Amino acid sequence: MKPIKDLIRRRKRWDAIFAACGLAALMVGVLTFTALFVDMAIDGVGRLSWDFFTNFPSRRPGQAGILSAWVGSTLVMLTTAFFAVPLGVAAGIYLEEYAPKNWVTDVIEINITNLAGVPSIVYGLLALGLFVYQFGLGQSILSAGLTLALLILPVVIVATREAIRSIPQAIREGSYALGATKWQTTSHHILPYSLAGIMTGVIIGMARAIGETAPVITIGALTFIAFLPPPPITAEPPFLSFEWIMSPFTVMPIQMFNWTSRPEAAFHHNAAAAGLVLVVMTLSMNALAIYIRYRLRKNIKW
Amino acid sequence: MSAVMQAGIGGDRLARRRARVIRERIIELILFLAALVSVFTTVGIVYILVKESVVFFEQVPITRFLTDTQWTPLFDDAHFGIVVLLSGTLTSSAVALSIAIPLGTVIAIYLSEFAPFKLREVAKPFLEMLGGVPTIIYGYFALLFVTPLLQKIYPELPGFNLLSAGIVMGIMIIPYVSSISEDAMRAVPMSLREGSYAVGATRFQTAVKVVVPAAFSGIASAYILGISRAVGETMILAVAAGMQPNLTFNPLEPAATITAFIVQVALGDLPHGSVGYQTIFAAGLTLMVFTLACNIGGHLLRKSFREAY
Repeated sequence: MKPIKDLIRRRKRWDAIFAACGLAALMVGVLTFTALFVDMAIDGVGRLSWDFFTNFPSRRPGQAGILSAWVGSTLVMLTTAFFAVPLGVAAGIYLEEYAPKNWVTDVIEINITNLAGVPSIVYGLLALGLFVYQFGLGQSILSAGLTLALLILPVVIVATREAIRSIPQAIREGSYALGATKWQTTSHHILPYSLAGIMTGVIIGMARAIGETAPVITIGALTFIAFLPPPPITAEPPFLSFEWIMSPFTVMPIQMFNWTSRPEAAFHHNAAAAGLVLVVMTLSMNALAIYIRYRLRKNIKW
Repeated sequence: MSAVMQAGIGGDRLARRRARVIRERIIELILFLAALVSVFTTVGIVYILVKESVVFFEQVPITRFLTDTQWTPLFDDAHFGIVVLLSGTLTSSAVALSIAIPLGTVIAIYLSEFAPFKLREVAKPFLEMLGGVPTIIYGYFALLFVTPLLQKIYPELPGFNLLSAGIVMGIMIIPYVSSISEDAMRAVPMSLREGSYAVGATRFQTAVKVVVPAAFSGIASAYILGISRAVGETMILAVAAGMQPNLTFNPLEPAATITAFIVQVALGDLPHGSVGYQTIFAAGLTLMVFTLACNIGGHLLRKSFREAY
């Protein structure tokens, strides 16, 4: 009897050891994240002030700010969303609701899976060759917006498809039974019901786009910009101007990269402050997406 | 009179119906074109990379590209040995994966088989957040936190090195590995675990001898995703590993990777159409071939090991 009890105890001990290892591994992630956040907060929080947001970058670290960077990021994000959301949602609807089962659909699906695994810098090279030189769009906000839109397209498409797939078939059948066409069914029922799921995908995609540095550097975004793009609203009719879309720009992560790669410690504090702003932005976007998904799972019971 | 009206209504109906069918068709076509954008993107990537690389390889023979052991494309005495950049990429990836794969797997097994429900509900979104932090921030962290920390242990470590970049990159990749592996393990049916418990296996034995083998194809594809993340990662290496081309497999040295080189060239002001400009497309093509091979390998692995329950 004794050896069996011993055996059981030994085996159980392995259970406990492994559980401890798992917890420790998880703690590595938690600790790293805490260290990263605390380190950046200690270095950067002193630089966070109103002036930091309203000053242009400068040679003097004490006067440098992120005005051109956050304005640039906002405008690039607007452009990205403008292209990525309609395209991604439309593609997702097509693949879930319309696509026939044939080789064309297979090719599209394989492409989307594959594109999700392409390194982001390769998108930068595509944009450099295609948008900047072939199409002559230059190193503009439009080029950057298009690049990031292509980059997050798989994210939006996959989220749209998952959201649509979770709608039960009975909803569609009910709509068809009343004589609705496919598009009426899609636009009146499928889209509204999948909206929250699509939103989470879009937010996660945008959070990724806002932190992307490599593709935007590759298309040749400048690292030092001390002016703003032309304003979108003008005094003369037609009051709306789209000149800003072709303007040179910089974005938050590039500004941070620039400050990080300088040798002076004073600039590193600026980098930490910019990083803090960036991390708070992406994390709050991610948290929002996670919260929406949580609410969604809780509320909708078909 | 009434017959005419009826015919009129009937004609109206037919016309409306036709208009409706045409509108439906147009909408379907628009949606189809949106879905085709992904195909165009792939075609565009291949077209641009191959087009510029062909011009590059007309000036630099491919044998020299593959066998030269120096990488100085911007000097007068230009050498184009991609091996130099590949060594940096492989070394940093190896460091990253030696952290991400064990930790990611242990976390996945723990969360799927051991962790209480509450902990899992908290840990999963947290890991997702960890994966959502912009890589430039990890770069800052590697250069200004991890490197000084490592220098306290090993004072000869240079300010730029592959080790700290690789470690931070590994931590960044953990969520990718753990979340896909965990999904694969959770998809293993409960009856397999119950069978294992019924013959007296402990949790750990069940996890290692039943669940992990059953979820192998999913775990393998998580590893492959991790590899392609590591190979394609840019900003951490550009910031923390230095951009000095260096043929080395020693993680304690600074070195440039394929991705860091592209960033370095893009930061400078190279004229469109020069050899230097085309070099980054040749480097990008190498990267693309490497990640594509990973993706295809992962796909085949998944297919041949897939277990259907």
